[in-house]
Amino acid sequence: MPRKKMPARHRPRGSVHGAKPMRLLPKAATGIQGLDEITGGGLPRGRTTLVCGSAGCGKTMFAMEFLVRGAQQFGEAGVFISFEESPDDLAQNVASMGFDLKALAARKKLLIDHVRVVRSEIEETGSFDLEGLFIRLGLAIDAIGAKRVVLDTLEALFGGFSNTAILRAEIRRLFEWLKERGVTAIVTGERGDGALTRHGLEEYVSDCVILLDHRVVNQLTARRLRIVKYRGSLHGTDEYPFLIRAHGISVVPITSIRLDHRASSEIVSSGVPTLDKALGAGGFYRSSTILLSGGAGTGKSSIAGHFVAEAGGRRERSLYVALEESQSEIVRNMRSIGIQLAPLVARDTLRFHVSRPTAQGLEMHLAAIHELVLEYRPQVVVVDSITSLLSMGSISEVTSMIVRLVDFFKMNGITAVMTALIPTGEETETTGVNVSSLVDTWLTLRNSEIKGVRARALSVVKARGMGHSNQLHEFVMSKKGVELKSDAWSRKYA
Amino acid sequence: MSAQPKKLPGKPRSSPRATVVLSLYVAGDTPKSRTALSNLKKICAEHLDGGYRIKVIDLLENPKLARDHQILALPTLVRQLPQPIRKIIGDLSNTERVLVGLGIESTK
Repeated sequence: MPRKKMPARHRPRGSVHGAKPMRLLPKAATGIQGLDEITGGGLPRGRTTLVCGSAGCGKTMFAMEFLVRGAQQFGEAGVFISFEESPDDLAQNVASMGFDLKALAARKKLLIDHVRVVRSEIEETGSFDLEGLFIRLGLAIDAIGAKRVVLDTLEALFGGFSNTAILRAEIRRLFEWLKERGVTAIVTGERGDGALTRHGLEEYVSDCVILLDHRVVNQLTARRLRIVKYRGSLHGTDEYPFLIRAHGISVVPITSIRLDHRASSEIVSSGVPTLDKALGAGGFYRSSTILLSGGAGTGKSSIAGHFVAEAGGRRERSLYVALEESQSEIVRNMRSIGIQLAPLVARDTLRFHVSRPTAQGLEMHLAAIHELVLEYRPQVVVVDSITSLLSMGSISEVTSMIVRLVDFFKMNGITAVMTALIPTGEETETTGVNVSSLVDTWLTLRNSEIKGVRARALSVVKARGMGHSNQLHEFVMSKKGVELKSDAWSRKYA
Repeated sequence: MSAQPKKLPGKPRSSPRATVVLSLYVAGDTPKSRTALSNLKKICAEHLDGGYRIKVIDLLENPKLARDHQILALPTLVRQLPQPIRKIIGDLSNTERVLVGLGIESTK
């Protein structure tokens, strides 16, 4: 049969100039949340990746999730060679992530072989090789047609054999053998002093090295992941926070979030009818971001509270990220202006995430919010306030974190309200954090004393896509909540 | 291990020692396998007074046994009897270590 001529548009671009088209490295998706984004598709297919880190960094979890997701989502069976934990222990340890290893094993999607290396049992009496390990591995791979293999942790071999010259030669042979078999493999290694692994496994792995880190900062655990090396592939080079959650590992990608979320034209009420009117369109756009800025006590949280209560009335879920006050303080304060949040909490249409800004690093804050949003799936998120994050990093760091948060909210269709404190007396329309250009709607609030009367004023600085009011609105806060006065401030006090 | 000869249940043996049952795990007929087997036969003949049995297990023919018997390095010699099980790896060229590994006092 004559071969059809390839249509021009399918021809590799480079070929026009006689250059070799760049071959993309085939990748095996891990299914680990966030990881495939930062690696541009997963681990190098048919190659071995080294995952290293200190004890308790999550290496085994990482490796196991790679196999479980491979089996569940990509139809690739996996072999787990455990040098340390027994299959029962492994099953128990990952049950907390919702992985049922026994069920996968029963369906021949997963095979665990526990290779016990006990030095006291082994007397070396001359030259040997590790052919027994190769036979076991080959048998396991063939038994279920495995495409993925994990060796956790290969360095246990160093504890079992004293002839390291033979051992190193055999490990080198093992990596070559894995490559020949064409399996996508993960080999784990323990972090060494001044080296990635204690026994220099990185020497043998040339394709991909991932480092996991587990630090305790201010009594809080912070897990981070870094791609040390990924030959032939672009990858994120940052340290990414990750969490071991109830559904597996979640890496929080920092730079890869794209601006391709769809703009919604649906309007949601702010919960303050007079404010809806001032906004022109009858509320905020769904999945837009609203900034409320103003001095202390100008009513920022109150307006946010109205919005949450309104969402609750629509049976939508809200997440209130409280960085300054406790849950009970917020609930009490809102109650004083007629906003009842306690019933929403009781119905689980409102959750609070109370955290001191100083209690966690910026990244962990981001990761924690990320995690909560993915778990709780709220339609509304309040961050009160973004200014308090400033104590945790430079303005540019905080700004970049907020940019990421805003993108993340939009991608998830969340309408977000962020409050920002402006020091009293400051006239400028700045928030301390340069996010005003990022948000869709910006409301400023202020308290003024004019002619001996303290008056509250609100103005809509911007409301993208809405023909909003340009007036300075006087508003009151009473037991019935926030209400904008119909007559314009400017006319009254001018 | 007691140096006193023990009476094992079952068939009486002519040997004054407890019966020694040895399994040699190999992968195919390789020079290393052959070296190990000939070393083993020599050591047994010199030190075990005939009260022993050697079983050669080729894992290429029976790969499942590598897993079932926790075999990693090859060649591996396992002393099945007397209890407890002991493992020795390598081509058995170091006679002293083989004897130590098998729990046999050198008669030399």
